[in-house]
Amino acid sequence: MSNPNTGTPLVELRDISIAFGGIKAVDHVSIDLHPGEVVGLLGHNGAGKSTLIKCLSGAYRKDAGQILINGTEVDINDPRDARAHNIETIYQTLALADNLDAASNLFLGRELVNSFGFVDETRMEAETRKIMGRLNPNFKKFNVPVSALSGGQRQSVAIARAVYFNAKILIMDEPTAALGPHETQMVAELIQELKAQGLGIFLIEHDIHSVMKLCDRAVVMKNGQRVGTVNVKDVTDDDILGMIIMGKKPPQAY
Amino acid sequence: MTDTPHSPQTATKADGAFTRFLRATEIDPRLLGMVGALLLIWAGFHLYGELVLGDGAFLTPRNLWNLSVQTASIGIMATGMVLIIITRNIDLSVGSIVGVVGMYAGLLQVEWLPPSMGIGHPAIWIIAVVFAIALGALIGMLQGAMIAYLTIPSFIVTLGGLMVWRGAAFLASSGRTISPVDTNFALLGGGPYGAIGATGSWIVCAIACAGVIWLAISGRAARKLHGFALRPMWAEYFVVGLSSGLIVIATLVVNSYGWPKGILKDYYATLNQEVPEGAFIAHGFAYPVLILAVVTLAMTILMTRTRFGRYVFAIGGNPEAAALSGINTRAMTVKIFTLMGALAGLAAVIASARLNSATNALGDLDELMVIAAAVVGGTSLAGGVGTIYGAIIGALVLVSLQTGMVLIGFGDGSYRKIVIGVALVLAVFLDIIYRKRIK
Ligand SMILES: Nc1ncnc2c1ncn2[C@@H]1O[C@H](COP(=O)(O)OP(=O)(O)O)[C@@H](O)[C@H]1O
Ligand SMILES: [Mg+2]
Repeated sequence: MSNPNTGTPLVELRDISIAFGGIKAVDHVSIDLHPGEVVGLLGHNGAGKSTLIKCLSGAYRKDAGQILINGTEVDINDPRDARAHNIETIYQTLALADNLDAASNLFLGRELVNSFGFVDETRMEAETRKIMGRLNPNFKKFNVPVSALSGGQRQSVAIARAVYFNAKILIMDEPTAALGPHETQMVAELIQELKAQGLGIFLIEHDIHSVMKLCDRAVVMKNGQRVGTVNVKDVTDDDILGMIIMGKKPPQAY
Repeated sequence: MTDTPHSPQTATKADGAFTRFLRATEIDPRLLGMVGALLLIWAGFHLYGELVLGDGAFLTPRNLWNLSVQTASIGIMATGMVLIIITRNIDLSVGSIVGVVGMYAGLLQVEWLPPSMGIGHPAIWIIAVVFAIALGALIGMLQGAMIAYLTIPSFIVTLGGLMVWRGAAFLASSGRTISPVDTNFALLGGGPYGAIGATGSWIVCAIACAGVIWLAISGRAARKLHGFALRPMWAEYFVVGLSSGLIVIATLVVNSYGWPKGILKDYYATLNQEVPEGAFIAHGFAYPVLILAVVTLAMTILMTRTRFGRYVFAIGGNPEAAALSGINTRAMTVKIFTLMGALAGLAAVIASARLNSATNALGDLDELMVIAAAVVGGTSLAGGVGTIYGAIIGALVLVSLQTGMVLIGFGDGSYRKIVIGVALVLAVFLDIIYRKRIK
């Protein structure tokens, strides 16, 4: 089996390595992502999934390797570079400033300003109300710091931030970890909707059923290395679990 | 609400009405607490004077006017310290920056410029002020860069600064006191001539009240435009009425403090006149107080209306999240310390102008007053939380304690230090209780 996609990938990470002290957190990993595709990133805790996507989101600087967007090599040195390439990230830690409200977090680093250059708080709140109305209609807590929100509400703020700015490439690091079944279902629907709009999505997810349902391909990592990549429709969940747990590559993997 | 099922019915009802009132007017309950504490302190000193000494001297135009002038330099620095503490840093060097900047600005206007420009040249004070602010900013920038890029903790960098700049101030003049300063420069410290008089004060009052009304109207219009819930009309009137009322009262107070006899005599002498019967010339708002007001306004706008202010809060709330949002947290740290340094430079102008001299001790222990003012004013040492108006009230509280102790005859420095130290710890303790209760 091989990559079913043809044409230039939206994102290509080639031979990425990064180490912290002596630990090779990511060790010569290559993955790619095509428009309208959801690629799952799987592996135990500490496998290097978050670290790998942080090289793409600009949170970390890779030690070696290349990042290509639409076939062109790009430099991503900080989160602003990534945003400039329409890469949006929902971090595992959510990366919210707890003392600020939902609107301030949603627009953090990209505040709307009026003609005097002042932050336009009312317009930001209005936009936040709009997008939250679409993503999480039950959300009402617009004027309190996000520290006062539930795990699910915080998650929806982080998701709204990634979705609002018309991402072409979306990175979701365990987006449903803090969510109940109903909210998890909403996120699944959102992923399918965004995929239909042609976004490419990297999805880090532990729940194997969600992976089978949402992802086109799955990349399994272990100890910083890529075990293999599979087309989800060609394998069973046991095949994938075998890769995660034992690092065993089924014949369909490449 | 589910966790207080046992509270008595009446209490919940009363709480409810008061909470509803605060919510409608959007008045910060902490602000109420701070203002309440301030009024209590004022009343306490006044009553003690009245009852024990037979002369309540605190709540008099003269004392309140002096209080306003004395608060200026601490208050100006406290607004900058809010940003420092919000971003989880500290600046112990501000008092010494005041010292070194005051000294060099003094040398500049007294010894370096007059030989070429002539004593009393009208540009000297401007050069000295610009120089003072720039020197302060430079020192702040240097310290900020060490904190941000060399990753030395701010406590250490500024503790070093505390000693280095104090030492530098001494060396600059070999320990001499530089005096008197340029006559125009001296006006920035207040005094009868360093104030804008009755008419000027009423003009300032009118502008301020117009600003309050404009803020209310434009805020309401913006909320209406986006279809958000509006404050009830009575709440709008209440907030506007209260704010303008306070401004008018302040104006009445400074306008009822007249020039002392000696100054009146000098003034009429320059006009070649006798002092008329019942002559009264009001001080009005002092220049340093107006400077404090402008700084407060500018810093409030900076913190609440600009991206810069957003980033300060974001860094304080979660530095990692701020960095992941593309905020250059290191550059922000340098800018914040630069701003703090510039404000310390401005405070040095006011402090040395008020003393009419630059001494080695200028700004001594100011860092503690400034930090205490920010903290008493509700700035959280855990980071992420703080307001400019809180720091101003905090500065007023501390300076009131300081001057009030003198006024009631406990002028000895040791009592003052004890009272201020206790007040600081008490304020933080009350703040902790408050935060626990709203959780
Ligand atoms: N900033 C860091 N400093 C040091 N080690 C790190 C850092 N970030 C990640 N690591 C290490 O890299 C490895 C991979 O971590 P991570 O990418 O978070 O794994 P995953 O997301 O797959 O659970 C772990 O051993 C982790 O301890
Ligand atoms: Mg992870």
